Parts: sequence; C-alpha cells; structure tokens
Amino acid sequence: MSFPWARQYEPKNGLTKFLDERLPLPRLVYNAVGAGYPVPRNLSYFWNFGVLAGFFLVVQIVTGVVLAMHYAANAQVAFATTEHIMRDVNWGWLMRYAHANGASFFFIVVYLHIFRGLFYSSYKAPREMIWLLGVVIFLLMMATAFMGYVLPWGQMSFWGAKVITGLFGAIPLVGEPIQVWLLGGFAPDNAALNRFFSLHFLLPFVIAGVVILHIWALHIPGSSNPTGVEVKSESDTVPFHPYYTAKDGFGLGIALLLYFAMVFFLPNALGHPDNYIEANPLSTPAHIVPEWYFWPFYAILRAFTVDFFFVPAKLMGVIAMFASILLWFFLPWLDKSPVRSGHYRPLFRKFFWFGLIPAMIVLFICGGAPAEEPYVMLSQIATAYYFLHFLVILPIISSVEKPEPLPYSITEAVLGSDKKVVKGENTSPAV
Amino acid sequence: MADTTATATPETTTTEDGIRRRDFLDIAAVSAAGIGGLAVVYPLVSQMAPSKDVLAASSTEVDISAIEPGQAIKAVFRKQPLFVKRLTPAEIEAANATATGSLRDPQSLADRTKEGHEDILVTMGVCTHLGCVPLGAAEGEVKGEFGGYFCPCHGSHYDTAGRIRKGPAPTNLEVPEYEFTSDTVIQVG
Repeated sequence: MSFPWARQYEPKNGLTKFLDERLPLPRLVYNAVGAGYPVPRNLSYFWNFGVLAGFFLVVQIVTGVVLAMHYAANAQVAFATTEHIMRDVNWGWLMRYAHANGASFFFIVVYLHIFRGLFYSSYKAPREMIWLLGVVIFLLMMATAFMGYVLPWGQMSFWGAKVITGLFGAIPLVGEPIQVWLLGGFAPDNAALNRFFSLHFLLPFVIAGVVILHIWALHIPGSSNPTGVEVKSESDTVPFHPYYTAKDGFGLGIALLLYFAMVFFLPNALGHPDNYIEANPLSTPAHIVPEWYFWPFYAILRAFTVDFFFVPAKLMGVIAMFASILLWFFLPWLDKSPVRSGHYRPLFRKFFWFGLIPAMIVLFICGGAPAEEPYVMLSQIATAYYFLHFLVILPIISSVEKPEPLPYSITEAVLGSDKKVVKGENTSPAV
Repeated sequence: MADTTATATPETTTTEDGIRRRDFLDIAAVSAAGIGGLAVVYPLVSQMAPSKDVLAASSTEVDISAIEPGQAIKAVFRKQPLFVKRLTPAEIEAANATATGSLRDPQSLADRTKEGHEDILVTMGVCTHLGCVPLGAAEGEVKGEFGGYFCPCHGSHYDTAGRIRKGPAPTNLEVPEYEFTSDTVIQVG
C-alpha cells in the first residue's frame, strides 16, 4: 500500500520488462526504497537510525560469517582460535574488531532508534505492529549479543554465561533444572559453547526475517514524522529516492567515520581486559559486568536486594529485568494521548526529559558500577521511576495533558501555510 | 528542502557543453564509494587465503641418509605426501635412455634432480591429474608400466624419473623447491 500519488514503476528496457512480468524485484525496490515510496518531507536526522540499524545488521552478518570460517566452538581451542584470528588470519584482527565494535554500534543506533520512537510516540496507531516487531528484534539482538560474547571463551565470556543462565535458576521449582538444561551441564562447558555458537549463527538470520516484517509493516502506513501529523496530500511528501537515500547516505557516512574511529583506534575500549584471560571455572573476575549495552537492565536486576513479600529478591530482580523490556509491548495501549510528537505535549515532554532520560542514564551508570552504595540505592530509585513512568505517569499524562496546537499539515509545519505552496512543486527530484 | 521558491538552483544550471555542477558531486561520491567498496572487499577476500600459521609450516626437512638404492620414503610437505626416492643405476639408465622429445612434459632426469645428487628424486606424491596419491613408493606397491609410480584412481603411469608416460595426467609429478643443506639432509620449501 502507498499513497495514491506515489509514482508508478515503469520498466524501461527489455531486461526490466522481462523481470517485471516474472519476478518483479526492480518494482519491489522502486516501491520500497526508490522514487515510488513517498515519505514525509520533514523527517529529521532521528529518522536515519532505522537504515543504520539495518546496515550494522549486515556488517555483523558479513564479519560474523567470516569469523566462523576461522573459529572453532570447542572449549579446548575456542580461546586459541580467537587469538589465531587476531594473529594469524589475514585481516583477522580487522574482522574481529569490526564484529565486536559492530555489535556496540548496532546497539547504539538501535537505542537511538528506540529513543526516537519513544519521544515521537511512533508506537501509536496505526503503527503498533511496527513497534511490537521492533521490540521482538531488540530481544533477539540481546540474546544474540549475549551468546556471541561467550564464544571467545575468556573469563568474562565464561562468567557472563554462568551469571545470565543463572537468571533462569531464579524461577521457582523448575529453575535449576532449566539452567542445567540450557547449559547442557552444571557449568558452562563444551555443550553450552557449541549450542551458543549454533544459535549465535542462526539468530541474526531470524532478526533479518523480523526486520523484513518490521519494514513491511512500516510501509503500510508509511513513516511517522517529527510533527506526528499524518500525511494529508502530495505536498507533504517527497519520494524516498533521491531525497532520503541522500540523507541516509550522509548519516551513514558519519556513522562509518565514528565506527571506524573505534575499530582502528580504540578497538578494545568497549570490551573488558579480563576477556583476554582464558576461561577459568575456578576463579571469578573481581568486577564482573556485562557489555555496556546491557547495563541499564543489569542495574534493574541488581536493584532488588530484599525479599518482597513471598518473592525472593533474586526472582524479583529477574522478573523486573524481563518486565522492563516486556512492558514495551504494552506501550501503544498505555499512552492513550492522540497526539504523537513530544514537541506538542508539554507535560509528556517534561517527564520524558527530566524523568525517563535521567532515570535511564542513572541505570546505565549503575549497571556498569560495582554492586555497592550509592549505586544500589540510586538504581533502586531509578528502577522505581522507570516502572512508574510507563505504568502510571504515561497513562495519567495522556488523560490530563492539554496538548499544544498542532499544525494543520506537514507542509504547514514546514512552510508556515499551505497557500504559499504550489502543489507538487517540490516532489520532482533535483536532477 | 525548505527552499521551494528558487527557480534556478545551482544543481539545475548547465554550462553550454552540457556539464552540470552536480556532475562533479556525483563523480566524487561514486568514486569515494567505489574505493571504499574495494577497501572492504579486499580484506574479505584475503582472509580466506592461507593464514600465517599455515604459511609458517610450509617448510620441511627430510633426512635421506637411510634410504637405500631403489627405496623411497614418504614425507609430508604442506600437508601433502612427498616422495623421496634413491634411484638404482638401472633406473637412472632407464630414465636417461628415454628421448625427452617424445614425452608429454619434456624434462630430463637432470632437470628434475640436483647436480651431484642425480640419484635422489624428490617429487610430490600428488598425481597431476586430480590429486590422488600414486602407488610405487612403498615396498610391494604397483610401479606401473614404466617402473616408477602408478596412480590407481585414473591409471596414470609415471616412469623412474616421475615423468608422465601414459594415462590422463597432464604433467610430470611436481618437483618442489628444495635444496641439500648437507649431504644427507634436504630442506623442502
């Protein structure tokens, strides 16, 4: 589906005519990311991060397939083959650093993508399905990243695997058998390493599949935009190509500069030195933390230090950690305000910038800090706010808030008034 | 994008010869992307070539002192069989009696051995047809119609100098690069 004024694909030569009648791939590309896909004309750079996330997924799959050619998922040799990749394989250091930092950049752009969705309420009707699929992608990413971090079989790999599978041990009655079943043993060993490798290879392709659904669902209503006002007429849109291919291309250039600055000059800045020590089941590293992208959720896990009625603290932490992400599934129905963009929601905006964002920053810092005061208390306060924000504050705001006046249309928001615009003038590409 | 009132923007103006200012940007952008693409492809291709540990293991020393005339030993060079054979005077004579011009891959025995060590024949134990290991190096194996090596896979016959004489193999058994580090030790590779 698309807007009625979307340009129609016309095969130009014999080959594209032949293809169009048999397997219309050029038509699909034209309608998805070409001139046949009208997009709101006012998208800001915050709308770049979806494309960037897709790009880093490709980077991860390409470098990951390469690494799998040289790596062996066996507890005896996994650490050694990782070093073999770093020292012996041609460009192996580049492949591994690109993969490790690629994971970080994938999470950076996805977090900014989610941030965009939260501020502009991109999850609201008619885009709930895009949001839900996005949360699925995020959960799959977390699982994939965790299992990937286990593969080098260093100290942090081993103890990360032990601690994270230990989360399942918190489930009453069946917890311990589940943990043993997940690991295929009583502690991480060959069985766990092998299955993690297998799943780490599989899940990115599952992610790619859900990404296709995510984009499909996006192309039904089309992109949201910074005003949150739906597209009304042709003057509200420009064709995806060349306008947003160029804008995304520019954003991609900036992202690549930052990415390769990390890969070439600070390749280990986001990792842990302990992971260059081979896994030792008899010695836990002094300060064990997950990768930075898990810190906010790790802080929520550790925020529960006392038993809560009949629920033990360990179980509470695990429930809260999973709930902190699973509640995103209910977001489209928790925030009932008909206005999407935070720019027109004075109360929402205050709680967003001075409530949610500081809480997330505190959780992030506390997740990476040792489990001692004041970090424990800070993460308890931030955790409390986090859940309050989504479960209580957002629903209340959406019923009491008086939104600021919305522009009549995207065109009016951009140009002041529809009258100044000759309809369709700006829709022709600048050749 | 906000500018909709301008009628002649730089990107639409053309000079007399039809060159637009935007052409420069197009060429610059495509060139940068092309060079960047090559810089990405090169390591992705190169990573599949032999790694440093494989290349480091590509030199082998063989002690030939215990090989009796008419006997051969199998060694391993680059994970492949290597035949080192001490020829008998009769075998040398048979090899030299063959006119090189009549051969599929014309080489004399002297071409295939080191000066002063014409009785030591060092060849890869890899048939040049499709890579099987020819018979004839070990005691009691079939040596083929020309008394050298015989590949059982597709019936290639090699003579006493390891030259192809009959069968589908295109070239003689490969003589790897090697040198005598002493009278009794050769270093291959």
